[in-house]
Amino acid sequence: MDVIRRATAEGKKPDLQQLVDAIPYCKFLGIETDRKGTELTTILRFSQKLIGNPVLPALHGGVVGAFLEVTAVIQLMLEVETEDLPKPVDIGIDYLRSGKPVDTYARAIVTKHGRRVCNVRAEAWQDEHTRPIAALHGHFLIRPREV
Amino acid sequence: MSDLPPTVPDHKAGFVLAGVPHAAALQLAIVEIKLGEVICKVPYAEHLIGNPDTRVIHGGVITALLDNACGVAVGSMTRLQGQIATLDLRIDYMKSATPGEDIFAFAECYKVTKNIAFARGVAYHSDRNDPIATCAAAFMLGTKSQRGANVAAGGK
Repeated sequence: MDVIRRATAEGKKPDLQQLVDAIPYCKFLGIETDRKGTELTTILRFSQKLIGNPVLPALHGGVVGAFLEVTAVIQLMLEVETEDLPKPVDIGIDYLRSGKPVDTYARAIVTKHGRRVCNVRAEAWQDEHTRPIAALHGHFLIRPREV
Repeated sequence: MSDLPPTVPDHKAGFVLAGVPHAAALQLAIVEIKLGEVICKVPYAEHLIGNPDTRVIHGGVITALLDNACGVAVGSMTRLQGQIATLDLRIDYMKSATPGEDIFAFAECYKVTKNIAFARGVAYHSDRNDPIATCAAAFMLGTKSQRGANVAAGGK
């Protein structure tokens, strides 16, 4: 991706918001990033099209899963030297509470950084950080930068 | 599954899930449906691209498609549309989706108990034996004051 290549050429990390904006699906969902140093929080701005259960109403499970997956990928982009977006190999999502029709936040931790595969955990919450609505764990394939 | 009472799925083939805003946003449609089994489709679209270099659809779209397909399959068994919540969903990604091609998902609900239903699914382009991704999911039934109401499906 251009954003990554340009940053790499300048010897810098890519701007994560620019990276997210360059991915059409992330723009469609309405994902934003908030980076404070090495700490990264992603934000899923609520919009009506994210609803999966209009009766409750609640966020679509697929949306919450996708948001956690994006969070994991962005965290990897921050920590791992790679020119490609990490590819998911497998993910498991635990749905803990129904997602209310408000903004959602998420953070990810790279549990294990392997040469080719990384293990990542991510958690999403809404009003209270201690009451997560969903958790993800997954493996992502990375292509290390050739030196 | 032949010992189960015949519950007729509420959705017809070709039905776009317009009542589910996110499904409508993905243009997610039901292609085929019978008791406990469903085939859904998400047409290729520019706004679903996950990598602008390769123009491959984002993995999150597959997540949403498989989740929804499994939910519909569970719904067809229990008549509990709207009272089903995903408990957990595990997805294995086998290969990247091909740019420009529609994505299909086959899902089957293979077990319904009093509180929980189990489903599995596979996402593919044209051949179910050449999957893009497979999934296994568990769903909580009768959420929102409908506990144990899924007896129509022969819950144990």
